Amino acid sequence: MLRIADLVVRWGVATALDGVSLTIGDGEMVALVGPNGAGKSTLVKALAGLVRPVSGTIAVEGRIAYVPEGRQLFSGMSVEDNLSLGAWRGRDRDPGRVYQVLPALAPLARRRAGTLSGGQQQMVAVGRALMADPEILLVDELSLGLAPIVVSELADQLRLLHETRDLAVLLIEQNAQLALDLCSRGYVLENGRIVTSGSSAELQRSEAVRRAYLGGGDKYENHADRPEQGPP
Amino acid sequence: MSALVEYLISGIALGCGFALLASGFVVIFRVTEVINFTQGTLAVIGGFVAYSALTSAGIPQGLAEALGVLAAGGAGLTFGAVAIGKRGTPPLASLVITLGLSVAAYAAEIAIWGDQPISFSALPGDFVLAGAHLLRQYLLVIGVAILALAALGIFFARTYAGKGMTACADNRFAAQMVGINVRRMGLFAFALGGLLGGLAGVLLIPIQPLSFNSDVGLAISGFAAAVFGGLRSFDMALAGGLVLGVAESLIAGYWQASYQTVVALGLMLLLMVWQARRRAELA
Repeated sequence: MLRIADLVVRWGVATALDGVSLTIGDGEMVALVGPNGAGKSTLVKALAGLVRPVSGTIAVEGRIAYVPEGRQLFSGMSVEDNLSLGAWRGRDRDPGRVYQVLPALAPLARRRAGTLSGGQQQMVAVGRALMADPEILLVDELSLGLAPIVVSELADQLRLLHETRDLAVLLIEQNAQLALDLCSRGYVLENGRIVTSGSSAELQRSEAVRRAYLGGGDKYENHADRPEQGPP
Repeated sequence: MSALVEYLISGIALGCGFALLASGFVVIFRVTEVINFTQGTLAVIGGFVAYSALTSAGIPQGLAEALGVLAAGGAGLTFGAVAIGKRGTPPLASLVITLGLSVAAYAAEIAIWGDQPISFSALPGDFVLAGAHLLRQYLLVIGVAILALAALGIFFARTYAGKGMTACADNRFAAQMVGINVRRMGLFAFALGGLLGGLAGVLLIPIQPLSFNSDVGLAISGFAAAVFGGLRSFDMALAGGLVLGVAESLIAGYWQASYQTVVALGLMLLLMVWQARRRAELA
């Protein structure tokens, strides 16, 4: 379980997070959506202990693992090494258990992470986080820079992990449609504040959310025009 | 012919010493992005402590040398704590701190060991190769350096801790995200750099007497060898050290000992310019 209460984080004079509160129950899948610069990445850094909040509390029960924005793999190292380093704080460094849940990674074990396609890299990033045996998985911008078909495959895998392992997930996304499709409930972050929250169905019906995030068009419109990262 | 062989072998031995110093630079830079200019000081400390253990305390040579290496490791850790101990110190600030520490160390070194050059006798005896009489110490330097560098390579490529250090070098942010304490890894790198510097000092001091300010020459040679590999590659640092050591030895032998460092560094510079042009052409 993760409970954030009245979190305030400042970068110099700028307030990045202004009294953010949110909770994720055991095994719950929650979306945090918001535009660029809303404070999503700051929230991740605060959770990871990389920035010190000015005030507020973060209470975590259970292990939390991160799938950071932009994959952030050890690109010069093999997939296997990337995975085993995910278990830095744990004991079991054998990536075999990740190959069981993400079998597509097994044949890539010896490849250098930097040479993989964007979708493969994202899967390695998820696998590396799973190596920590987390109870809570924090996924920052799963869809960023990936082709829609790749995104929907990754989304399916994430849903499966959530369902079969009772994994709690906080999905931080600019792609609000994707996040609300996957999660049962969500929060909307704007300018460092939670402006609205509720069940995904409520948020999808909300006029403000529709206008700001969902648009009228294609499901993955937000990201469709971004080139895929990494070699094809 | 025998003269050439002598210059070559002694040059290779000197180059192996430079390669150890260079590896110290590389280990620390890879993990912390700090150029550690106490690297020469660490070699001097290693040599001096071994000398004291040998002459004043009467400890057997091998053990005295091991003590020297360990002392340099401890000094490396201490310098690291000062240079990167404070969270968020930019690498350039840490670099300047290491420069300051290397000068501050002069005072301590002079107070303890005086200002005269220090040496102790090498591994006794010599051997003959192609008509040249060579110190057995040269073989010791070459053998130990190669073993140490091989061990270093295995440590980084095969062990979990070594992979963790490589991870810090590869992607600092990601390393933090998987829970690696990058500052602690940096301190570990400084200690490792200290051990490597100390090893160079202990191996070189019988061939080349060291004084408190020998650190500048050693650091410059080691740094040049490290830059040869872009401050990241151990293999290239070894290559750079060997080029530099052999060039110095040949210049001193056939020309003028007083020009050896300047000319050898000039040669390194030319090689690096050529390397950079070739890389630019390939790209």
